[in-house]
Amino acid sequence: MSITTIRQGSIQLVNSKKIQAQGAIYVAEARIRVMMKWLWLIIGIAIANPVLYLISVGIGLGGLIDKNVGATGVDGVKYLTFLAPALLAQAAIQGAMEETVFPTIEGFKWNKVFFAMNSTPLSGAQISLGVFLAAFFRTIYTVLFYFGVMWLFGALDSSTAWLAIPTAIFAGTAFGALMQALAAKLENENIFFVIVGRFIMMPLFLFSGTFFPLTSMPFFLQWIGWISPLWHATELGRHLTYGHAISSTMMWVHFLVLATMLVSGLYLSTRIFTKRLAK
Amino acid sequence: MPESLIHARGLTKKFGDFVAVNGIDFDVHKGESFGLLGPNGAGKSTAMRMIGATSSRDAGVLTILGKDPDKHGPQIRAHLGVVPQQDNLDMQLSVSENLYIYGRYFGLPRAFVKGKIEELLTFAQLEEKRDAKVEALSGGMKRRLTIARALVSEPEILMLDEPTTGLDPQARHILWDRLFRLKEQGVTLLITTHFMDEAEQLCDRLIVMDKGSIMAEGSPASLIKDYSSKEVLEVRFGSDRNQELAEKLRTLCERIEELPDRILMYTEDGEALLGQIYASGMHPKTSLVRRSSLEDVFLRLTGRTLIE
Repeated sequence: MSITTIRQGSIQLVNSKKIQAQGAIYVAEARIRVMMKWLWLIIGIAIANPVLYLISVGIGLGGLIDKNVGATGVDGVKYLTFLAPALLAQAAIQGAMEETVFPTIEGFKWNKVFFAMNSTPLSGAQISLGVFLAAFFRTIYTVLFYFGVMWLFGALDSSTAWLAIPTAIFAGTAFGALMQALAAKLENENIFFVIVGRFIMMPLFLFSGTFFPLTSMPFFLQWIGWISPLWHATELGRHLTYGHAISSTMMWVHFLVLATMLVSGLYLSTRIFTKRLAK
Repeated sequence: MPESLIHARGLTKKFGDFVAVNGIDFDVHKGESFGLLGPNGAGKSTAMRMIGATSSRDAGVLTILGKDPDKHGPQIRAHLGVVPQQDNLDMQLSVSENLYIYGRYFGLPRAFVKGKIEELLTFAQLEEKRDAKVEALSGGMKRRLTIARALVSEPEILMLDEPTTGLDPQARHILWDRLFRLKEQGVTLLITTHFMDEAEQLCDRLIVMDKGSIMAEGSPASLIKDYSSKEVLEVRFGSDRNQELAEKLRTLCERIEELPDRILMYTEDGEALLGQIYASGMHPKTSLVRRSSLEDVFLRLTGRTLIE
Protein backbone atom coordinates (compact mmCIF):
# COMPACT_ATOMS: atom_id res chain seq x y z
CA MET A 1 0.00 0.00 0.00
CA SER A 2 1.31 3.39 -0.88
CA ILE A 3 1.84 5.91 1.84
CA THR A 4 0.94 9.42 0.92
CA THR A 5 2.78 12.18 2.58
CA ILE A 6 0.44 14.76 3.94
CA ARG A 7 1.99 18.14 3.45
CA GLN A 8 1.42 20.56 6.20
CA GLY A 9 1.60 24.19 6.98
CA SER A 10 1.62 25.64 3.48
CA ILE A 11 1.03 29.13 4.76
CA GLN A 12 1.09 30.48 1.20
CA LEU A 13 -1.70 28.19 0.13
CA VAL A 14 -4.58 30.03 1.70
CA ASN A 15 -5.28 33.59 0.67
CA SER A 16 -7.35 35.21 3.40
CA LYS A 17 -8.11 38.33 1.38
CA LYS A 18 -9.53 36.30 -1.45
CA ILE A 19 -11.71 34.30 0.96
CA GLN A 20 -12.96 37.48 2.56
CA ALA A 21 -14.09 38.74 -0.83
CA GLN A 22 -15.47 35.51 -2.27
CA GLY A 23 -16.51 33.38 0.71
CA ALA A 24 -20.23 33.70 0.11
CA ILE A 25 -19.74 32.53 -3.47
CA TYR A 26 -18.01 29.36 -2.26
CA VAL A 27 -21.00 28.62 -0.04
CA ALA A 28 -23.43 29.29 -2.88
CA GLU A 29 -21.34 27.02 -5.11
CA ALA A 30 -21.69 24.16 -2.62
CA ARG A 31 -25.42 24.82 -2.22
CA ILE A 32 -25.96 24.76 -5.98
CA ARG A 33 -24.01 21.51 -6.16
CA VAL A 34 -26.44 20.00 -3.64
CA MET A 35 -29.39 21.42 -5.62
CA MET A 36 -28.10 19.70 -8.75
CA LYS A 37 -28.63 16.37 -6.96
CA TRP A 38 -32.31 17.25 -6.98
CA LEU A 39 -32.29 18.73 -10.46
CA TRP A 40 -35.04 16.55 -11.88
CA LEU A 41 -37.25 17.16 -8.91
CA ILE A 42 -36.68 20.90 -9.18
CA ILE A 43 -37.43 20.84 -12.90
CA GLY A 44 -40.48 18.68 -12.27
CA ILE A 45 -41.84 21.12 -9.72
CA ALA A 46 -41.00 24.08 -11.93
CA ILE A 47 -43.10 22.58 -14.74
CA ALA A 48 -45.86 20.79 -12.85
CA ASN A 49 -46.65 23.73 -10.60
CA PRO A 50 -47.59 26.24 -13.32
CA VAL A 51 -49.18 23.59 -15.53
CA LEU A 52 -51.54 22.50 -12.76
CA TYR A 53 -52.45 26.02 -11.72
CA LEU A 54 -52.91 27.31 -15.22
CA ILE A 55 -55.15 24.42 -16.19
CA SER A 56 -57.31 24.39 -13.09
CA VAL A 57 -57.51 27.99 -12.05
CA GLY A 58 -56.49 29.79 -15.21
CA ILE A 59 -58.40 27.83 -17.80
CA GLY A 60 -61.07 26.24 -15.61
CA LEU A 61 -61.99 29.06 -13.29
CA GLY A 62 -60.81 31.73 -15.74
CA GLY A 63 -63.00 30.30 -18.50
CA LEU A 64 -66.02 30.50 -16.24
CA ILE A 65 -65.26 34.06 -15.19
CA ASP A 66 -64.56 35.30 -18.68
CA LYS A 67 -67.80 33.69 -19.92
CA ASN A 68 -69.86 35.43 -17.26
CA VAL A 69 -68.28 38.85 -17.06
CA GLY A 70 -66.61 39.08 -20.45
CA ALA A 71 -62.96 38.96 -21.42
CA THR A 72 -62.28 42.33 -19.84
CA GLY A 73 -64.26 41.74 -16.70
CA VAL A 74 -61.51 41.40 -14.13
CA ASP A 75 -59.57 44.59 -13.71
CA GLY A 76 -60.16 45.32 -17.40
CA VAL A 77 -58.39 42.22 -18.71
CA LYS A 78 -59.12 38.55 -19.10
CA TYR A 79 -58.73 36.43 -16.01
CA LEU A 80 -55.50 34.65 -17.01
CA THR A 81 -53.80 37.97 -17.64
CA PHE A 82 -54.95 39.15 -14.25
CA LEU A 83 -53.80 35.94 -12.56
CA ALA A 84 -50.42 35.44 -14.23
CA PRO A 85 -48.29 38.00 -12.29
CA ALA A 86 -49.69 36.69 -9.00
CA LEU A 87 -48.93 33.07 -9.81
CA LEU A 88 -45.46 34.01 -10.93
CA ALA A 89 -44.76 35.86 -7.68
CA GLN A 90 -46.22 33.00 -5.67
CA ALA A 91 -43.92 30.51 -7.41
CA ALA A 92 -40.94 32.76 -6.74
CA ILE A 93 -41.84 33.05 -3.07
CA GLN A 94 -42.33 29.32 -2.72
CA GLY A 95 -39.05 28.49 -4.49
CA ALA A 96 -37.05 31.05 -2.55
CA MET A 97 -38.49 29.87 0.72
CA GLU A 98 -37.68 26.22 0.02
CA GLU A 99 -34.14 27.13 -0.87
CA THR A 100 -33.53 29.27 2.20
CA VAL A 101 -35.50 27.44 4.90
CA PHE A 102 -34.50 23.82 4.28
CA PRO A 103 -30.77 24.43 3.85
CA THR A 104 -30.78 26.64 6.95
CA ILE A 105 -32.41 24.04 9.17
CA GLU A 106 -30.26 21.35 7.63
CA GLY A 107 -27.06 23.34 8.07
CA PHE A 108 -27.68 24.12 11.70
CA LYS A 109 -29.43 20.98 12.77
CA TRP A 110 -29.83 18.05 10.42
CA ASN A 111 -26.26 17.53 9.28
CA LYS A 112 -24.65 20.61 10.78
CA VAL A 113 -22.72 21.55 7.65
CA PHE A 114 -22.73 25.22 8.69
CA PHE A 115 -20.50 24.28 11.59
CA ALA A 116 -18.16 22.56 9.16
CA MET A 117 -18.14 25.67 6.96
CA ASN A 118 -17.51 27.85 9.98
CA SER A 119 -14.46 25.81 10.96
CA THR A 120 -12.87 27.01 7.71
CA PRO A 121 -12.12 30.71 7.19
CA LEU A 122 -15.78 31.33 6.29
CA SER A 123 -17.75 33.59 8.63
CA GLY A 124 -21.38 33.34 9.69
CA ALA A 125 -22.19 36.32 7.49
CA GLN A 126 -20.66 34.65 4.44
CA ILE A 127 -22.51 31.40 5.09
CA SER A 128 -25.78 33.28 5.46
CA LEU A 129 -25.20 35.28 2.31
CA GLY A 130 -24.09 32.18 0.39
CA VAL A 131 -27.30 30.33 1.20
CA PHE A 132 -29.25 33.38 0.12
CA LEU A 133 -27.34 33.69 -3.16
CA ALA A 134 -28.06 30.07 -4.03
CA ALA A 135 -31.74 30.65 -3.26
CA PHE A 136 -31.66 33.72 -5.49
CA PHE A 137 -30.29 31.57 -8.29
CA ARG A 138 -33.04 29.00 -7.78
CA THR A 139 -35.67 31.75 -7.74
CA ILE A 140 -34.52 33.15 -11.07
CA TYR A 141 -34.60 29.70 -12.54
CA THR A 142 -38.07 28.91 -11.17
CA VAL A 143 -39.50 32.20 -12.39
CA LEU A 144 -38.07 31.79 -15.88
CA PHE A 145 -39.47 28.28 -16.12
CA TYR A 146 -42.85 29.41 -14.88
CA PHE A 147 -42.88 32.29 -17.27
CA GLY A 148 -42.08 29.93 -20.13
CA VAL A 149 -45.01 27.68 -19.28
CA MET A 150 -47.34 30.67 -18.97
CA TRP A 151 -46.25 31.82 -22.40
CA LEU A 152 -47.05 28.40 -23.82
CA PHE A 153 -50.49 28.62 -22.24
CA GLY A 154 -51.07 31.99 -23.85
CA ALA A 155 -51.43 33.62 -20.46
CA LEU A 156 -49.22 36.51 -21.48
CA ASP A 157 -50.95 38.74 -23.89
CA SER A 158 -49.25 42.07 -23.32
CA SER A 159 -45.89 43.03 -24.73
CA THR A 160 -44.74 44.12 -21.28
CA ALA A 161 -45.67 40.82 -19.61
CA TRP A 162 -42.01 39.99 -19.09
CA LEU A 163 -41.80 42.79 -16.55
CA ALA A 164 -43.51 40.50 -14.07
CA ILE A 165 -40.25 38.50 -13.99
CA PRO A 166 -38.18 41.00 -11.99
CA THR A 167 -41.01 41.82 -9.61
CA ALA A 168 -41.56 38.12 -8.89
CA ILE A 169 -37.86 37.52 -8.32
CA PHE A 170 -37.72 40.58 -6.10
CA ALA A 171 -40.65 39.39 -3.98
CA GLY A 172 -39.31 35.83 -3.78
CA THR A 173 -35.88 36.81 -2.58
CA ALA A 174 -37.28 39.40 -0.16
CA PHE A 175 -39.52 36.82 1.48
CA GLY A 176 -36.80 34.16 1.29
CA ALA A 177 -34.36 36.40 3.17
CA LEU A 178 -36.87 36.97 5.94
CA MET A 179 -37.73 33.27 6.18
CA GLN A 180 -34.03 32.40 6.28
CA ALA A 181 -33.65 34.59 9.36
CA LEU A 182 -36.71 33.03 10.96
CA ALA A 183 -35.53 29.47 10.20
CA ALA A 184 -32.17 30.25 11.78
CA LYS A 185 -33.84 31.76 14.81
CA LEU A 186 -36.39 29.03 15.52
CA GLU A 187 -34.39 26.07 16.73
CA ASN A 188 -37.37 23.72 16.70
CA GLU A 189 -38.09 23.05 13.05
CA ASN A 190 -41.45 21.39 13.69
CA ILE A 191 -42.80 24.61 15.14
CA PHE A 192 -41.42 26.39 12.13
CA PHE A 193 -43.16 24.16 9.61
CA VAL A 194 -46.47 24.20 11.42
CA ILE A 195 -46.46 27.97 11.84
CA VAL A 196 -45.00 28.92 8.50
CA GLY A 197 -46.82 26.32 6.42
CA ARG A 198 -50.24 26.70 7.93
CA PHE A 199 -50.38 30.17 9.37
CA ILE A 200 -48.17 32.15 7.03
CA MET A 201 -47.86 30.58 3.60
CA MET A 202 -51.44 29.44 3.16
CA PRO A 203 -53.15 32.69 4.24
CA LEU A 204 -50.67 34.70 2.19
CA PHE A 205 -51.54 32.72 -0.88
CA LEU A 206 -55.29 33.00 -0.35
CA PHE A 207 -55.59 36.53 1.01
CA SER A 208 -53.12 38.50 -1.08
CA GLY A 209 -55.37 39.38 -3.96
CA THR A 210 -53.97 36.46 -5.87
CA PHE A 211 -57.22 35.17 -7.36
CA PHE A 212 -59.31 38.32 -7.02
CA PRO A 213 -58.56 41.99 -6.31
CA LEU A 214 -57.72 42.53 -2.65
CA THR A 215 -60.45 45.15 -2.49
CA SER A 216 -63.05 42.38 -2.93
CA MET A 217 -62.15 41.29 0.60
CA PRO A 218 -63.87 42.75 3.62
CA PHE A 219 -61.71 45.60 4.86
CA PHE A 220 -60.80 43.88 8.14
CA LEU A 221 -59.08 41.08 6.19
CA GLN A 222 -57.19 43.31 3.79
CA TRP A 223 -54.30 43.82 6.20
CA ILE A 224 -53.10 40.32 5.37
CA GLY A 225 -52.42 41.57 1.88
CA TRP A 226 -50.69 44.69 3.08
CA ILE A 227 -48.06 42.73 4.97
CA SER A 228 -47.77 40.11 2.26
CA PRO A 229 -44.87 40.28 -0.18
CA LEU A 230 -47.12 38.43 -2.58
CA TRP A 231 -49.66 41.25 -2.74
CA HIS A 232 -47.01 43.93 -3.22
CA ALA A 233 -45.32 41.95 -5.96
CA THR A 234 -48.66 41.14 -7.59
CA GLU A 235 -49.70 44.79 -7.64
CA LEU A 236 -46.39 45.81 -9.17
CA GLY A 237 -46.55 42.91 -11.61
CA ARG A 238 -50.09 43.77 -12.71
CA HIS A 239 -49.19 47.37 -13.18
CA LEU A 240 -46.18 46.56 -15.28
CA THR A 241 -47.76 43.78 -17.34
CA TYR A 242 -51.13 45.21 -18.27
CA GLY A 243 -51.28 48.70 -16.81
CA HIS A 244 -53.33 47.96 -13.70
CA ALA A 245 -53.90 51.42 -12.25
CA ILE A 246 -51.88 52.27 -9.16
CA SER A 247 -50.68 55.64 -7.95
CA SER A 248 -47.01 56.44 -8.01
CA THR A 249 -47.13 56.64 -4.21
CA MET A 250 -48.34 53.07 -4.06
CA MET A 251 -45.65 52.06 -6.54
CA TRP A 252 -43.11 53.33 -4.07
CA VAL A 253 -44.87 51.71 -1.15
CA HIS A 254 -44.81 48.32 -2.88
CA PHE A 255 -41.20 48.73 -3.78
CA LEU A 256 -40.17 49.90 -0.33
CA VAL A 257 -42.04 47.16 1.53
CA LEU A 258 -40.27 44.52 -0.52
CA ALA A 259 -36.91 46.29 -0.24
CA THR A 260 -37.33 46.56 3.54
CA MET A 261 -38.10 42.85 3.77
CA LEU A 262 -35.04 42.03 1.72
CA VAL A 263 -32.65 44.25 3.63
CA SER A 264 -33.95 43.42 7.10
CA GLY A 265 -34.08 39.71 6.25
CA LEU A 266 -30.46 39.72 5.14
CA TYR A 267 -29.38 41.77 8.14
CA LEU A 268 -31.20 39.61 10.68
CA SER A 269 -30.09 36.41 9.04
CA THR A 270 -26.46 37.49 9.13
CA ARG A 271 -26.71 38.36 12.81
CA ILE A 272 -28.56 35.21 13.80
CA PHE A 273 -26.20 32.97 11.81
CA THR A 274 -23.16 34.56 13.42
CA LYS A 275 -24.58 34.27 16.91
CA ARG A 276 -25.81 30.71 16.57
CA LEU A 277 -22.51 29.49 15.11
CA ALA A 278 -20.51 31.03 17.95
CA LYS A 279 -22.56 29.32 20.64
CA MET B 1 12.30 25.72 22.94
CA PRO B 2 10.34 24.86 19.80
CA GLU B 3 7.84 27.35 18.40
CA SER B 4 4.58 27.52 20.37
CA LEU B 5 1.61 27.24 18.01
CA ILE B 6 -1.05 27.40 20.69
CA HIS B 7 -0.56 29.44 23.83
CA ALA B 8 -3.21 29.55 26.56
CA ARG B 9 -3.09 31.25 29.96
CA GLY B 10 -6.06 31.38 32.27
CA LEU B 11 -8.33 30.36 29.41
CA THR B 12 -11.93 30.48 30.63
CA LYS B 13 -15.37 29.88 29.16
CA LYS B 14 -18.66 30.19 30.98
CA PHE B 15 -22.19 29.29 29.96
CA GLY B 16 -24.31 31.34 32.34
CA ASP B 17 -23.24 30.29 35.82
CA PHE B 18 -21.59 27.12 34.59
CA VAL B 19 -17.83 27.35 34.15
CA ALA B 20 -17.03 24.96 31.32
CA VAL B 21 -13.33 25.78 31.13
CA ASN B 22 -11.82 27.19 34.28
CA GLY B 23 -8.59 29.09 33.73
CA ILE B 24 -6.41 26.53 31.98
CA ASP B 25 -2.77 27.07 30.94
CA PHE B 26 -0.95 25.14 28.26
CA ASP B 27 1.27 25.43 25.20
CA VAL B 28 1.34 23.26 22.11
CA HIS B 29 4.55 23.24 20.12
CA LYS B 30 5.20 22.68 16.45
CA GLY B 31 5.33 19.04 15.44
CA GLU B 32 3.95 17.85 18.73
CA SER B 33 0.98 15.61 19.33
CA PHE B 34 -0.87 17.12 22.25
CA GLY B 35 -3.81 15.58 24.06
CA LEU B 36 -6.67 16.72 26.24
CA LEU B 37 -7.72 13.70 28.28
CA GLY B 38 -10.77 13.71 30.49
CA PRO B 39 -14.28 12.35 30.91
CA ASN B 40 -17.34 13.67 29.09
CA GLY B 41 -18.14 17.14 30.33
CA ALA B 42 -14.57 17.94 31.37
CA GLY B 43 -14.55 20.98 29.07
CA LYS B 44 -12.43 19.46 26.31
CA SER B 45 -14.76 20.22 23.42
CA THR B 46 -15.38 23.74 24.69
CA ALA B 47 -11.63 24.29 24.81
CA MET B 48 -11.36 22.91 21.28
CA ARG B 49 -14.00 25.32 20.00
CA MET B 50 -12.11 28.25 21.46
CA ILE B 51 -8.85 27.02 19.95
CA GLY B 52 -10.69 26.42 16.69
CA ALA B 53 -11.51 30.16 16.70
CA THR B 54 -15.26 29.64 16.47
CA SER B 55 -16.21 30.29 20.09
CA SER B 56 -14.97 33.32 22.01
CA ARG B 57 -13.36 33.10 25.44
CA ASP B 58 -14.64 34.83 28.55
CA ALA B 59 -11.25 35.43 30.16
CA GLY B 60 -7.58 34.68 29.75
CA VAL B 61 -5.02 34.82 26.99
CA LEU B 62 -5.20 32.67 23.89
CA THR B 63 -3.02 32.91 20.83
CA ILE B 64 -3.07 30.49 17.95
CA LEU B 65 -0.26 30.76 15.41
CA GLY B 66 0.62 33.99 17.17
CA LYS B 67 -2.82 35.57 16.63
CA ASP B 68 -5.76 36.34 18.89
CA PRO B 69 -8.78 34.27 17.75
CA ASP B 70 -11.22 36.97 18.89
CA LYS B 71 -9.67 39.36 16.40
CA HIS B 72 -8.39 37.14 13.61
CA GLY B 73 -10.79 34.19 13.54
CA PRO B 74 -10.89 33.64 9.77
CA GLN B 75 -7.11 34.10 9.35
CA ILE B 76 -6.47 31.54 12.08
CA ARG B 77 -9.06 29.09 10.80
CA ALA B 78 -7.37 29.27 7.40
CA HIS B 79 -4.52 27.24 8.91
CA LEU B 80 -6.45 24.78 11.08
CA GLY B 81 -7.85 21.40 10.14
CA VAL B 82 -10.82 20.66 12.34
CA VAL B 83 -12.34 17.22 12.97
CA PRO B 84 -15.38 17.76 15.20
CA GLN B 85 -16.75 15.23 17.63
CA GLN B 86 -19.80 14.67 15.45
CA ASP B 87 -19.14 14.24 11.73
CA ASN B 88 -20.72 17.13 9.86
CA LEU B 89 -20.23 15.96 6.32
CA ASP B 90 -22.68 16.94 3.62
CA MET B 91 -24.81 13.79 3.43
CA GLN B 92 -26.27 14.70 0.06
CA LEU B 93 -22.91 14.85 -1.68
CA SER B 94 -20.43 12.15 -2.62
CA VAL B 95 -17.13 11.43 -0.88
CA SER B 96 -15.02 13.33 -3.40
CA GLU B 97 -17.50 16.21 -3.59
CA ASN B 98 -17.26 16.64 0.17
CA LEU B 99 -13.51 17.03 -0.14
CA TYR B 100 -13.91 19.34 -3.11
CA ILE B 101 -16.36 21.80 -1.58
CA TYR B 102 -14.37 21.92 1.65
CA GLY B 103 -11.24 22.79 -0.28
CA ARG B 104 -13.19 25.54 -2.00
CA TYR B 105 -14.19 26.99 1.38
CA PHE B 106 -10.50 27.74 1.82
CA GLY B 107 -10.51 29.47 -1.54
CA LEU B 108 -8.16 26.86 -3.00
CA PRO B 109 -7.88 26.72 -6.78
CA ARG B 110 -10.06 24.04 -8.37
CA ALA B 111 -7.13 22.30 -10.05
CA PHE B 112 -5.22 22.12 -6.79
CA VAL B 113 -8.19 20.66 -4.94
CA LYS B 114 -8.75 18.03 -7.63
CA GLY B 115 -5.18 16.82 -7.26
CA LYS B 116 -5.42 16.93 -3.52
CA ILE B 117 -8.55 14.76 -3.52
CA GLU B 118 -6.59 11.86 -5.04
CA GLU B 119 -3.95 12.15 -2.37
CA LEU B 120 -6.49 12.29 0.44
CA LEU B 121 -8.61 9.42 -0.84
CA THR B 122 -5.50 7.25 -0.77
CA PHE B 123 -4.62 8.43 2.70
CA ALA B 124 -8.12 7.73 4.00
CA GLN B 125 -8.33 4.41 2.11
CA LEU B 126 -11.48 5.57 0.39
CA GLU B 127 -10.40 5.33 -3.28
CA GLU B 128 -13.15 2.82 -4.01
CA LYS B 129 -15.75 5.02 -2.42
CA ARG B 130 -14.97 8.25 -4.23
CA ASP B 131 -18.38 8.47 -5.91
CA ALA B 132 -20.39 6.93 -3.10
CA LYS B 133 -22.82 9.10 -1.22
CA VAL B 134 -21.63 9.88 2.28
CA GLU B 135 -24.88 8.54 3.67
CA ALA B 136 -23.87 5.04 2.59
CA LEU B 137 -20.50 5.00 4.39
CA SER B 138 -19.78 3.15 7.60
CA GLY B 139 -19.00 5.09 10.77
CA GLY B 140 -15.28 4.47 10.42
CA MET B 141 -15.26 5.58 6.78
CA LYS B 142 -17.14 8.78 7.62
CA ARG B 143 -14.60 9.51 10.31
CA ARG B 144 -11.68 8.94 7.94
CA LEU B 145 -13.36 11.18 5.39
CA THR B 146 -13.80 13.92 7.99
CA ILE B 147 -10.10 13.67 8.80
CA ALA B 148 -9.15 13.71 5.13
CA ARG B 149 -11.38 16.74 4.66
CA ALA B 150 -9.57 18.57 7.46
CA LEU B 151 -6.26 17.97 5.66
CA VAL B 152 -7.34 19.44 2.32
CA SER B 153 -5.90 22.86 3.10
CA GLU B 154 -2.59 21.48 4.44
CA PRO B 155 -3.21 22.91 7.90
CA GLU B 156 -0.63 23.95 10.47
CA ILE B 157 -2.55 22.18 13.22
CA LEU B 158 -4.89 19.22 12.91
CA MET B 159 -7.50 19.25 15.67
CA LEU B 160 -9.38 16.04 16.46
CA ASP B 161 -12.24 16.04 18.95
CA GLU B 162 -12.87 12.49 20.19
CA PRO B 163 -11.63 10.93 16.93
CA THR B 164 -12.66 7.34 17.65
CA THR B 165 -15.69 7.69 19.90
CA GLY B 166 -18.51 5.48 18.68
CA LEU B 167 -16.36 3.33 16.40
CA ASP B 168 -15.99 -0.43 16.65
CA PRO B 169 -12.55 -1.78 17.64
CA GLN B 170 -11.47 -2.60 14.11
CA ALA B 171 -12.42 0.83 12.78
CA ARG B 172 -10.60 2.43 15.70
CA HIS B 173 -7.41 0.58 14.86
CA ILE B 174 -7.53 1.62 11.22
CA LEU B 175 -8.02 5.20 12.33
CA TRP B 176 -5.21 5.05 14.85
CA ASP B 177 -2.93 3.76 12.14
CA ARG B 178 -3.81 6.77 9.93
CA LEU B 179 -3.31 9.23 12.76
CA PHE B 180 -0.05 7.61 13.75
CA ARG B 181 1.23 8.13 10.22
CA LEU B 182 0.38 11.81 10.45
CA LYS B 183 2.21 12.00 13.75
CA GLU B 184 5.24 10.31 12.24
CA GLN B 185 5.24 12.88 9.48
CA GLY B 186 5.46 15.62 12.07
CA VAL B 187 1.94 16.99 11.71
CA THR B 188 1.02 19.00 14.80
CA LEU B 189 -1.93 17.20 16.35
CA LEU B 190 -4.32 18.35 19.03
CA ILE B 191 -6.53 15.50 20.24
CA THR B 192 -9.25 15.25 22.82
CA THR B 193 -10.22 11.83 24.07
CA HIS B 194 -11.69 10.01 27.00
CA PHE B 195 -9.93 6.81 25.96
CA MET B 196 -6.69 6.39 27.85
CA ASP B 197 -5.32 3.88 25.36
CA GLU B 198 -5.86 6.42 22.59
CA ALA B 199 -4.05 9.11 24.57
CA GLU B 200 -1.18 6.74 25.33
CA GLN B 201 -0.76 5.75 21.70
CA LEU B 202 -1.15 9.09 20.02
CA CYS B 203 -0.04 11.82 22.40
CA ASP B 204 3.50 13.00 23.10
CA ARG B 205 2.21 15.17 25.88
CA LEU B 206 -1.18 15.72 27.42
CA ILE B 207 -3.19 17.50 30.02
CA VAL B 208 -5.63 15.61 32.19
CA MET B 209 -8.83 17.64 32.55
CA ASP B 210 -11.72 17.32 34.95
CA LYS B 211 -14.59 19.75 35.51
CA GLY B 212 -12.98 22.44 33.43
CA SER B 213 -9.60 22.39 35.19
CA ILE B 214 -6.24 20.81 34.47
CA MET B 215 -5.39 18.10 36.97
CA ALA B 216 -1.97 17.18 35.60
CA GLU B 217 0.28 17.67 32.61
CA GLY B 218 3.07 15.63 31.09
CA SER B 219 3.93 12.78 28.74
CA PRO B 220 1.88 9.59 29.20
CA ALA B 221 4.93 7.83 30.66
CA SER B 222 5.81 10.62 33.08
CA LEU B 223 2.21 10.95 34.25
CA ILE B 224 2.04 7.25 34.95
CA LYS B 225 5.38 7.41 36.74
CA ASP B 226 4.33 10.40 38.84
CA TYR B 227 0.80 9.41 39.71
CA SER B 228 0.73 5.66 39.70
CA SER B 229 2.79 2.59 40.51
CA LYS B 230 4.59 0.43 37.99
CA GLU B 231 2.03 -2.35 38.08
CA VAL B 232 -1.59 -2.83 38.98
CA LEU B 233 -3.10 -5.99 40.40
CA GLU B 234 -6.83 -6.31 39.73
CA VAL B 235 -8.67 -8.81 41.93
CA ARG B 236 -12.32 -9.80 42.03
CA PHE B 237 -13.99 -11.55 44.89
CA GLY B 238 -17.56 -11.11 43.69
CA SER B 239 -19.45 -7.86 44.18
CA ASP B 240 -20.81 -8.81 47.62
CA ARG B 241 -17.40 -9.67 49.11
CA ASN B 242 -15.15 -6.98 47.55
CA GLN B 243 -15.95 -4.43 50.21
CA GLU B 244 -15.61 -6.88 53.05
CA LEU B 245 -12.12 -7.94 51.98
CA ALA B 246 -10.92 -4.47 51.03
CA GLU B 247 -9.94 -3.69 54.61
CA LYS B 248 -7.86 -6.80 54.84
CA LEU B 249 -6.19 -6.11 51.48
CA ARG B 250 -5.26 -2.64 52.65
CA THR B 251 -2.83 -4.16 55.10
CA LEU B 252 -0.93 -5.73 52.19
CA CYS B 253 -0.72 -2.74 49.89
CA GLU B 254 -0.20 0.97 50.38
CA ARG B 255 -2.80 2.09 47.88
CA ILE B 256 -5.92 0.30 46.74
CA GLU B 257 -9.00 1.51 44.84
CA GLU B 258 -12.35 -0.14 45.29
CA LEU B 259 -14.46 -0.14 42.14
CA PRO B 260 -17.97 -1.61 42.06
CA ASP B 261 -16.83 -4.80 40.34
CA ARG B 262 -13.16 -5.12 41.29
CA ILE B 263 -10.36 -3.94 43.53
CA LEU B 264 -7.25 -2.29 42.07
CA MET B 265 -4.01 -2.63 44.01
CA TYR B 266 -1.09 -0.35 43.12
CA THR B 267 2.26 -2.06 43.51
CA GLU B 268 5.72 -2.39 42.01
CA ASP B 269 5.39 -6.17 41.75
CA GLY B 270 1.92 -7.54 41.04
CA GLU B 271 2.80 -11.22 41.05
CA ALA B 272 4.49 -10.98 44.45
CA LEU B 273 1.46 -9.17 45.88
CA LEU B 274 -0.89 -11.80 44.51
CA GLY B 275 1.26 -14.45 46.24
CA GLN B 276 0.87 -12.57 49.54
CA ILE B 277 -2.91 -12.45 49.08
CA TYR B 278 -3.10 -16.20 48.67
CA ALA B 279 -0.72 -16.65 51.59
CA SER B 280 -3.11 -14.67 53.80
CA GLY B 281 -5.84 -17.13 52.97
CA MET B 282 -7.82 -14.99 50.50
CA HIS B 283 -8.83 -16.53 47.17
CA PRO B 284 -9.89 -14.04 44.50
CA LYS B 285 -12.25 -15.38 41.81
CA THR B 286 -10.13 -13.73 39.12
CA SER B 287 -6.90 -11.80 39.17
CA LEU B 288 -4.93 -9.81 36.61
CA VAL B 289 -1.54 -8.13 36.73
CA ARG B 290 -1.08 -5.27 34.28
CA ARG B 291 1.00 -2.16 33.69
CA SER B 292 -0.32 1.11 35.07
CA SER B 293 -2.19 3.23 32.54
CA LEU B 294 -3.55 6.75 32.24
CA GLU B 295 -6.84 5.38 33.53
CA ASP B 296 -5.09 4.80 36.85
CA VAL B 297 -3.64 8.29 36.75
CA PHE B 298 -7.11 9.72 36.28
CA LEU B 299 -8.52 7.57 39.07
CA ARG B 300 -5.76 8.76 41.36
CA LEU B 301 -6.32 12.42 40.46
CA THR B 302 -10.09 12.50 40.61
CA GLY B 303 -11.23 9.38 42.47
CA ARG B 304 -13.34 8.54 39.43
CA THR B 305 -12.94 6.44 36.33
CA LEU B 306 -12.81 8.04 32.89
CA ILE B 307 -15.83 6.25 31.50
CA GLU B 308 -18.68 6.21 33.93
